Amino acid sequence: MANLTLVQAINLALVQEMEADERVMVLGEDVGKNGGVFRVTEGLQERFGEDRVVDTPLAESGIMGSSIGLAVGGMRPVAEIQFEGFLGPAYDQLVNHAARYRTRSRGAVTVPLTVRVPVGGGIHAPELHSDSPEAIYAHTPGLKVVMPASPYDAKGLLISAIRDPDPVIYFEPKRIYRAFREEVPEDEYTIPIGKAKVVEEGEHVTVVSWGAMVVDCLKAMDELPEDLSVELIDLRTIYPLDIDCIVESVKKTGRCVVVHEAPKTAGYGAEITAQVMEHCFLHLEAPVQRVAGFDTFMPYYKLELEYLPSVERIAEAIGACAAY
Amino acid sequence: MPKKVAYKAQIEHLQILDENGKLDEKLAKGTLTDKQVLALCEHIILCRHYDEIAFKLQRSGRMGTYPQNKGQEAIAATAMAVTRNDWMVPCYRENSALFLHGLPMEHILLHWMGDERGNQIPEDVNVMPISIPIGTHMLHAMGIAWAKKLQKTDHVALTYFGDGATSEGDFHEAMNFATVMKAPCVFICQNNQWAISVPREKQMASETVAQKGLAYGADCIQVDGNDVFAVYKATKDAVAKARKGEGVTLIETLTYRMGDHTTADDARRYRDSKELEAWAKRDPLLRIQKYLAAKGMWDDKKEKAAEAGAKERVAQIVKNCENIAKPSTDDIFDYTFATLPDDLRAQRDSMRTNSLSLEPGQSTLRSPEPQHA
Ligand SMILES: Cc1ncc(C[n+]2csc(CCOP(=O)(O)OP(=O)(O)O)c2C)c(N)n1
Ligand SMILES: [Mg+2]
Repeated sequence: MANLTLVQAINLALVQEMEADERVMVLGEDVGKNGGVFRVTEGLQERFGEDRVVDTPLAESGIMGSSIGLAVGGMRPVAEIQFEGFLGPAYDQLVNHAARYRTRSRGAVTVPLTVRVPVGGGIHAPELHSDSPEAIYAHTPGLKVVMPASPYDAKGLLISAIRDPDPVIYFEPKRIYRAFREEVPEDEYTIPIGKAKVVEEGEHVTVVSWGAMVVDCLKAMDELPEDLSVELIDLRTIYPLDIDCIVESVKKTGRCVVVHEAPKTAGYGAEITAQVMEHCFLHLEAPVQRVAGFDTFMPYYKLELEYLPSVERIAEAIGACAAY
Repeated sequence: MPKKVAYKAQIEHLQILDENGKLDEKLAKGTLTDKQVLALCEHIILCRHYDEIAFKLQRSGRMGTYPQNKGQEAIAATAMAVTRNDWMVPCYRENSALFLHGLPMEHILLHWMGDERGNQIPEDVNVMPISIPIGTHMLHAMGIAWAKKLQKTDHVALTYFGDGATSEGDFHEAMNFATVMKAPCVFICQNNQWAISVPREKQMASETVAQKGLAYGADCIQVDGNDVFAVYKATKDAVAKARKGEGVTLIETLTYRMGDHTTADDARRYRDSKELEAWAKRDPLLRIQKYLAAKGMWDDKKEKAAEAGAKERVAQIVKNCENIAKPSTDDIFDYTFATLPDDLRAQRDSMRTNSLSLEPGQSTLRSPEPQHA
């Protein structure tokens, strides 16, 4: 057991999967000698060589498309896209090819591919380095989308992603890359894709969130009156959604607030809200609330904290939902 | 049937002013005047100081990530080969060219200070905001050039990008579109040998960047990118050709990134300091100073005066950038569309997304009248 940051936990999962399965390889821009711009792949090239940890040319479509071929050809590629904004050039390969092959070949061609992508804002980064596009990919059939919020989950989820027979986007909330440490077992373990986690149990309001926002939700809960008991669910997997976990909680509390960084309109909160209504209509005591980014671009960093759902906004929404 | 050669080509390399400040008089004919060289020398001193100050601002927490331009300032000469009507569609390592083309120097600092107003370029300056995504903006340049052709002007578009950018598919689409549409577009690749930690020879298996343009039927040339004369001449020739509708040029300027990739990077992790030392001798500024000194146009006194002038000017620019009031939160919303849709207006006015307090009049934590019995 070691006390690790999110970055270290991801690195450990990569090392262990590469040790365990020689088909596993890492590729992307600056992932080799430099160990990645966030140092997530630090030391991997030294350990596993240039054939298995590859500095690719600067081309996201190339990374994604060639990873499809590698996967079909019998490898287990873990591709890195340096920042979520640069999924743009890779979009066609990811959405129109990686996601579709199984279906369009009726199972004859499959793509066991993991795509690691740092995601989210709050680190004073330039444009297109601070976005939260998870809903776009959750909306894409054939893709699984995960986003850990803690080092322990990060390791177990990445191992599951690498072993999954289908393409998985593994979003890494960069704001909490090094924000805190957690005990992470050295032993192999997996966190199943599609299983949410109840972070804190409570009676009055269910709060659903994922990624770095989970940390802000915890802070918001500290701001609330003592007698307001909140149940916090960390989704961990965006798609497939663990609706059972949410439904069980909302049936108990009757109130639900969804918190995410991405824009509100057609964000993943809308999907959760709709499903809560479908499953829990007669249990609801208040309209489901969404606390989200605005329906604008993530502004440059002078205003990024105003854009991100603040602890105060989250606390107010929980309070308003509880008081309704 | 005997085999025959279907296509043959070679790439010329142009250098006019060598590392020692020695000029090839023949090649230099009709290029830069001494007055222009002196102006470039002073401009590069100004830009380098600006760059250094930007670096220090980042280090002292007064600015976000910044990509140093140090060593690549000879690219300013491209601006002397165009008129204000022509367009520049840049990346982030050609500050010196943008400033000469009329971009107020505050803009670049503001951009890296996390302020979109840095991209709000004055109407009479034909410069596009710097491109953060790599290798995507050359298509925009090609499109602008195409528009200028359709409008029957003789204006051209220059676009700047790095060696790494030529790996992106959009680069190839832009070259192909430009040559097929005969758009008056000049492609300028600043090959500074590195794309973050990836050296040129790992980025591509082709020996030069310039030869990539051959495949699309462009004219291609490689120049010493630290030689203002060569950079100027290649650009001037390419622009003249483009103006007359005679084709597209890809210019590869061989230069070197003297700093880290950005302030968030540490190049010691992946490159040998000896390489840097070797390139330091080929510094674009050193050789113009040598050239001018040999002509009696440059000395310590002139240098000190130029540096003092640069210091004063940059101090004022920093002041202007730091004294500007923080944008209001309305700014997050107001430029999303020409007319703000109602839901965005509500978000702007309330700074809320949760429906129980979306309307500005609704106070939070106060329950509305119960709707349900
Ligand atoms: C589409 C895209 N992918 C990745 C990045 C991250 N990134 C920023 S600069 C850079 C290297 C660029 O190298 P090059 O084109 O040679 O320009 P240089 O920085 O050397 O001037 C990378 C990979 C990006 N900004 N955009
Ligand atoms: Mg480069």
